[in-house]
Amino acid sequence: MCGMLEEVLIAGFGGQGVLSLGKLIAQAAMEQGLNASWLPSYGPEMRGGTANCTVCFSDDEIGAPIAAQYDAVIAMNQPSLDKFEKAVRPGGVLLINRSIISVEPERSDIEVHYITANDLAESVAGTAAAANVVALGALHAVRPRLETGSLEAALQSTFGRKGQKVVDANIRALHAGMDAMAETLA
Amino acid sequence: MQAKRRLVKGNEAIALGAVAGGCDAFFGYPITPQNEVPEILSQEMPRHGRVFLQAESEVASINMVYGAAAAGMRAMSSSSSPGISLMMEGMSYIAGAELPCLVVNVMRGGPGLGSITPSQADYFQACKGGGHGDYRCFVMAPWNVQEMYSFPGIAFEMADRYRNPAMILADGVLGQMMEPAAIPDELPVVTRPDKPWATNGRNGRGQKNVANSLVIDPYELRDHNRKLQAKYAAMQAECKWDTRLVEDAEILVVAYGIAARLAYSACKLARKRGIRAGLFRPITLFPFPTQPLVETADGAKSVLAVELSSGQMVEDVRLAINGRLPVTLYGEMGGVIPSPSEVCDRIVEAAK
Repeated sequence: MCGMLEEVLIAGFGGQGVLSLGKLIAQAAMEQGLNASWLPSYGPEMRGGTANCTVCFSDDEIGAPIAAQYDAVIAMNQPSLDKFEKAVRPGGVLLINRSIISVEPERSDIEVHYITANDLAESVAGTAAAANVVALGALHAVRPRLETGSLEAALQSTFGRKGQKVVDANIRALHAGMDAMAETLA
Repeated sequence: MQAKRRLVKGNEAIALGAVAGGCDAFFGYPITPQNEVPEILSQEMPRHGRVFLQAESEVASINMVYGAAAAGMRAMSSSSSPGISLMMEGMSYIAGAELPCLVVNVMRGGPGLGSITPSQADYFQACKGGGHGDYRCFVMAPWNVQEMYSFPGIAFEMADRYRNPAMILADGVLGQMMEPAAIPDELPVVTRPDKPWATNGRNGRGQKNVANSLVIDPYELRDHNRKLQAKYAAMQAECKWDTRLVEDAEILVVAYGIAARLAYSACKLARKRGIRAGLFRPITLFPFPTQPLVETADGAKSVLAVELSSGQMVEDVRLAINGRLPVTLYGEMGGVIPSPSEVCDRIVEAAK
């Protein structure tokens, strides 16, 4: 036990695959033998079409499935950035979906990264529906807390029922996010 | 055989756990945030040749539970706070008639229709009667998805053993969250006690069985109540609890269910700030683990109760501690979930 604990918040419009993205992370953590929790927002904040979820994973027993601030926040749309910029822990990561968010965050005590998630999803998977998986790849590139193989296994077990073509498109989306971020960082 | 871990929702785990625990019949009426329970059971129960019925109301549901329980079935309902209130008359009748059943409450904010966000404000209702008359339910409080799966079976066993209603007191977070849980693909073999009292036809018996909670003669009713009270006293032997980080704890935090998860994280944060905090978690709320709490608190400087209510469980904590140590409360209301760091601040205050 090294007591690793990672807490992530993901937010966006309903339909952007925000809840599924959280489940993928929890699934990947489970695939590599870690403990994980996933909690969707199901209260009044869902009204108006925004959705968010929190995911925690650890090699230790997980206490709270929520936190005051998170190691990483993925903002898939503008209202999510407005609402959750303050939810990033100092020194933590804020990943912004550049395809639909044009403004800059205000904080200077956090690490900010951009990914054109919708555009990349359309070009490698043929649909913006895979933007969530592109964002997952991008986060994985800047904060590799899970193994790439576990993320791929999670995509396989999540999308396997829809056929290998769908799985492959999502694996391409994952790597598109990872590669684009690696280029930016280089 | 070790069951494979699967990522499942708490509500889904309750439903699968009920099936694995031998639930014969489910009657319920939809309400957020527990709707996955009937949703899953509407598929699973018929698949196993069991009864699933969406009733016309909560009042109808609990009376169907009453009937099925009287006939010797493992009968169950599930709801959330306002729906549970509607069931209280039936619960009292079931307790009076000494019938086993299971009712799950995935609590939400109240009073009234309140909100759909998580709460623990139904502790009094679950543990101190809820309906009219001197009766108690056997009440269990899970704190993770694995326990959401395993507790229905245990609750059915306890209900059968004591011929008494059992409740599982969960909340919106536990119902909605997903965690890995070990859930076997095959249903386990469930052993059931004989129910010679069941009103399932005379079957050659000399006497006829009657399920009833009406006892007109006051002396007879007094004797019946004495029998019930003796049963609740005997239930004390079944109390369950859990601890974390208590060996050297100067501040003992007492919390159940989701509040215990927040409190556990808060204890770890407090230790980073140099305060030795530990967690005592009641697993059965009735019977409340009074003696184990007293023993665990021995050596602590003070006790902090954390719950998502104005302070209900804290009364049982104070009764247990009985003035030996200061007992303070952090209660959050209205469906608001405090963060572990907010709970930690209260631990720091309690340590001053």
